[in-house]
Amino acid sequence: MSIKKTLFGPMFENNPIALQILGICSALAVTTKMESVMVMALAVTLVTAVSNFCVSIIRNHVPSAIRIIVMMTVIASLVIVTDQLLKAFVYDIAKSMSVYIGLIITNCIVMGRAEAYAMKNGPIMSFLDGLGNGIGYSLVLIFVGVFRELFGSGKLFGFSILPLTNEGGWYQGNGLMLLSPSAFFLIGFFIWGLRTWKKDQIEQSN
Amino acid sequence: MNNDSVAKTFIVATLLCAVCAVLVAGSAVSLRPMQEANKVLDVKKNLLMAAGLIKGNPSAKDIEAAFANIETKVINIETGEEVSDIDPESYDQRAASKDPKMSVSIPSGKDIAKIKSRAKYGKIYFYKPQGNVEMIILPIHGKGLWSTLWGFMALSSDVNTVKGIGFYEHGETPGLGGEVDNPRWKAQWAGKKIYDEQGHPVIDVVKGQAPDGAEHKIDGLSGATITSGGVENLVNYWFGDNGYQKYLNSFKQSQTESTNDSVSMAQ
Repeated sequence: MSIKKTLFGPMFENNPIALQILGICSALAVTTKMESVMVMALAVTLVTAVSNFCVSIIRNHVPSAIRIIVMMTVIASLVIVTDQLLKAFVYDIAKSMSVYIGLIITNCIVMGRAEAYAMKNGPIMSFLDGLGNGIGYSLVLIFVGVFRELFGSGKLFGFSILPLTNEGGWYQGNGLMLLSPSAFFLIGFFIWGLRTWKKDQIEQSN
Repeated sequence: MNNDSVAKTFIVATLLCAVCAVLVAGSAVSLRPMQEANKVLDVKKNLLMAAGLIKGNPSAKDIEAAFANIETKVINIETGEEVSDIDPESYDQRAASKDPKMSVSIPSGKDIAKIKSRAKYGKIYFYKPQGNVEMIILPIHGKGLWSTLWGFMALSSDVNTVKGIGFYEHGETPGLGGEVDNPRWKAQWAGKKIYDEQGHPVIDVVKGQAPDGAEHKIDGLSGATITSGGVENLVNYWFGDNGYQKYLNSFKQSQTESTNDSVSMAQ
């Protein structure tokens, strides 16, 4: 597979959330604020890329009986290091994301890419695959986050865009947008839009 | 060596664990000082925010500068006396309230804030910009609908008039109970009186709008009856006789004595 396809394929052609339906849980949890969206996106992209890279380096020495636990250990270590870094350098954001950074360990994208790609391909390509999938995930998160923050609390990145009525403006915040179910609707719309554009992603009806 | 042999499995597992352990432990240990500093700074920020001494997104420097006017004391909540053998810098009331050795359980009839146990010692803060106490800032917490709300309440030196309130951690519904963070709602606390003439805490978060001039009543949060009730209860708990009231009374007494002293000295 070409570098371009490995890196850019997961953005729209083979998006981890929209097509593979992986990693939905964190897409619901952290998308009420763009600030946390960006941190989460960055953290997941980094962890996916680096864990793919590490797993790929040791792939020829991993006994198949313990390969899942080996991947898990690599991923968990990386996530803990990421969590520690966030707590040391961007404490406020780390606090607002609470357990969800730790839960990157269970984000199916990371594990899924390690098992499906990094175990079979070289380190550089695996790194790019991780990067691509991380960015694909980030795209959906940003899409959901923009809508939720803008229509839920009238802000983007904490800056007031639509002044809220309860703070003296004219915009009545949409409470649903602040609750998790709205992310489901938005991801649904995203998938709808994507499949209207790329017709080959539509599943065959039985 | 065959990848799937028992020996290789053990070797790979051991090596991997060793490498990962070093990585994780190394990052945790080397970053700990920064994380601890962040935590301390965060508490200071929350406290200053609740007291209205800083606004917006202050830098670490602003926070330290504003905090220079704050004096911290540890008090025994039950007796209302100041405690000298606990270092106020390092004492953590929040951690203590969960530590069986450092806390006491609250009798269920008294536990209106629904927190089950409280720390034996309270950590309270005095805002002294010119040597005189202008504000007392006290940590408060209690149950809302989904979560425990953690915050601070700032009182003026008459220990009755509210200067400000703020919650720095809660998990209430965004847009409903989460509106405890709304600056407009918090602003109406300023100037309210906690105690009635008999000295009972009588803060009342009413349903709908509080009548004008009602000095103990606060507007309810619309759509969040239970959170509103929780806030009312936790304020009344912490300022009641199972909370800081004993200390606040003795503080008030010492204040009037010292003003009497200065009056008599002036004469």
